[in-house]
Amino acid sequence: MARVVLVTGVSDDFAARCARSLAARPGLEVVGVDLVPPRRPLEDVSFVRADVRSPVLAGLLVSREVDTVVHLAPLVVRGGSRRSRAADKESNVIGSMQLFAACQRSSRVRSVVLGSTAEVYAASARNPAAFREDAGLRGGPRTAFAQDCLEIESYARSLPQRRPDVAVTVLRLGPLLGAGVRSQLTRWLSGPVVPKAAGFDARLQFLHPADGAHAVTRAVTHPEPGLYNVAAPDVVMLSQLLTWLGRPAWPVPRPALAALRRPAARADLTVPDDVDGITFGRVLDVRRVAEALQVRSHWTSRSAAEEFIALTSPGVRSHIVSVAQRRLGAGRA
Amino acid sequence: MPDQEPTPEEQTPPRGREPVDGRPPHPQDQSGPRPEPGEGPPATDTPDDGTRGPRNEDPLDREPLDVAAVLGELLQSAGAVLTQLREASPEAVRDALADPLATAVGIAAELGVDWQGTVDDVVGYTRSRLAGDYAVDEFGFDPEFTERIVLPALRPLARSWFRAEISGVEHLPAEGPALLVANHAGTLPLDGLVLHSVIFDEIGRHPRMLGADLVFATPFSHDFARRIGVTYACPEDALRLLQTENLVTVFPEGFKGLGKPYSERYRLQRFGRGGFVSTAIAARVPIIPVSVVGSEEIYPVLAQAPTAARALGLPYLPITPLFPWLGLLGAVPLPSKWMIQVGEPIATDQLDASTADDAMTVFDVTNQVRETIQDTLYAMLAERRSPFF
Repeated sequence: MARVVLVTGVSDDFAARCARSLAARPGLEVVGVDLVPPRRPLEDVSFVRADVRSPVLAGLLVSREVDTVVHLAPLVVRGGSRRSRAADKESNVIGSMQLFAACQRSSRVRSVVLGSTAEVYAASARNPAAFREDAGLRGGPRTAFAQDCLEIESYARSLPQRRPDVAVTVLRLGPLLGAGVRSQLTRWLSGPVVPKAAGFDARLQFLHPADGAHAVTRAVTHPEPGLYNVAAPDVVMLSQLLTWLGRPAWPVPRPALAALRRPAARADLTVPDDVDGITFGRVLDVRRVAEALQVRSHWTSRSAAEEFIALTSPGVRSHIVSVAQRRLGAGRA
Repeated sequence: MPDQEPTPEEQTPPRGREPVDGRPPHPQDQSGPRPEPGEGPPATDTPDDGTRGPRNEDPLDREPLDVAAVLGELLQSAGAVLTQLREASPEAVRDALADPLATAVGIAAELGVDWQGTVDDVVGYTRSRLAGDYAVDEFGFDPEFTERIVLPALRPLARSWFRAEISGVEHLPAEGPALLVANHAGTLPLDGLVLHSVIFDEIGRHPRMLGADLVFATPFSHDFARRIGVTYACPEDALRLLQTENLVTVFPEGFKGLGKPYSERYRLQRFGRGGFVSTAIAARVPIIPVSVVGSEEIYPVLAQAPTAARALGLPYLPITPLFPWLGLLGAVPLPSKWMIQVGEPIATDQLDASTADDAMTVFDVTNQVRETIQDTLYAMLAERRSPFF
């Protein structure tokens, strides 16, 4: 009998990609759920337009005989939603609570996979260079999104207390970067100048959507309950990334960077909510996911960044450099 | 600032302090300001030697501070630079401005930096780096940058300015992990940089240092520290480095060691809570005590300015013979003579890994390491003729 997987938040590109790659697996039937239809066709995924908060969902779990729930709706926030903060919290935290309650009630559900974020680890000067899953969250996350995700994680992890037969896998996903990714991060990197904290060269680690989808698929096909970091194994520096991008950095004092967010938005510049993440950088230890789930990233942070760069318009700096090189070359010859 | 004097500070010592010439003063010599008989500009001594009574059992009190000769040399070289600048031709200035990178590299080479290659090589290398073509590890450590830019620039500081000598190199492992534990002094953590330079030159390995959170919360300091392989001093990072077979250096005294007054020199401060010992036991790596003599004299801390320090968010703001009186020039470290002694490794692998959490064992080993370093320091001080030679 085919397994039935329900994927939430499929209006988001990454969630849609996960749903498609799950549907491509033999023996998996995938139902995609969201309030907003996806931008591109979902191929073999059957789409149901519903809110995770509505009672329709609990009915859907039973009527479609869903045995696995992949909850990716919270990630929509970073995928470029323009909802208000209150609406985000409402749909993320309350929606997740209701979804998990529905999972608890449906006797068919055997496994839950939650897509969380690496942002739950607070980037700061007082934290380890690389976060392991069992790291104490010193200081706690600073962004509202990360706080929500942490709350949702705790609901998910309490599910097996009431339903010991349900396996819960939480994936803390690194920042997505690659072709077609649209997020706060990519908007920040695509501006004419890139605001950053002066004197702080962040260590950045990315996750290519293909690797992210692979990890989600693997967590569905080989349920191994637990908490896993998912990201590319290597690190690139922000200065390196800006050089490749050819965009000039705009160094501002660190305390001013967060305050810059609103005025910058008027000038069409994005400063991500996660200011600490682009100041100190955040690196995940990905050994556990490689050992337990056998998930190894195919893309490195660097190759993911290169793919992103190849598809964005070149920055001012690379333009100047190419002109200068042409002039110099002509001068020497 | 209570007794700030008008310029030029180099020529006149602040009143109320005892100027000393090249000869060792008697500890009880309280004769006040004396005219200098033509031995270069006089300099200040610390109030320590003069104001406190003699401590005969302490080898420190027999050491004179020969700041006078040093300041004279500093002034001479400053004068030489000024003369050269005045004689620079307009063509030379234009060339320098046309290619600032090459100029900077060339000047550094003039100053004694051995770039391990011609100036052109280094310029070409720097250009390729500007294209972002290098790799860092998860700590942000950039070995290429460290080996080609930072260490060559540090070498003259360590070898010529501080004339650092190292003994006991045979105790440093050529491979495999080890935890180096060193005393910490000198206001700015130059001792870490000198240790890095000297140890890398001896065995070709990078002693990865652990630093306080302030290092990483401060702009630019964050970048520099991460680039040369320093990481935040927490058990997770230390363990991670040791498990990947690295040499790790830790300064358990932390700021208490760096910012202690000159009168406390070479007296080890509290060794934290011994977290480094727990880590070494958990990782089953040997602890190698390292004693550094010379670092205390680079910026002798005469007094503290706690209010200003608090206002600036710093753990301490020192007042030294040169700082803040001379401004940036006051940040030039005095050229003390450095000696580094690497002690015999203290094995931890015969201890049960579970004792990493045992407070008694951890305290015992911590004390053993601390006493080894303290005894070595006193022995080295007793042999030393002067802080500067």
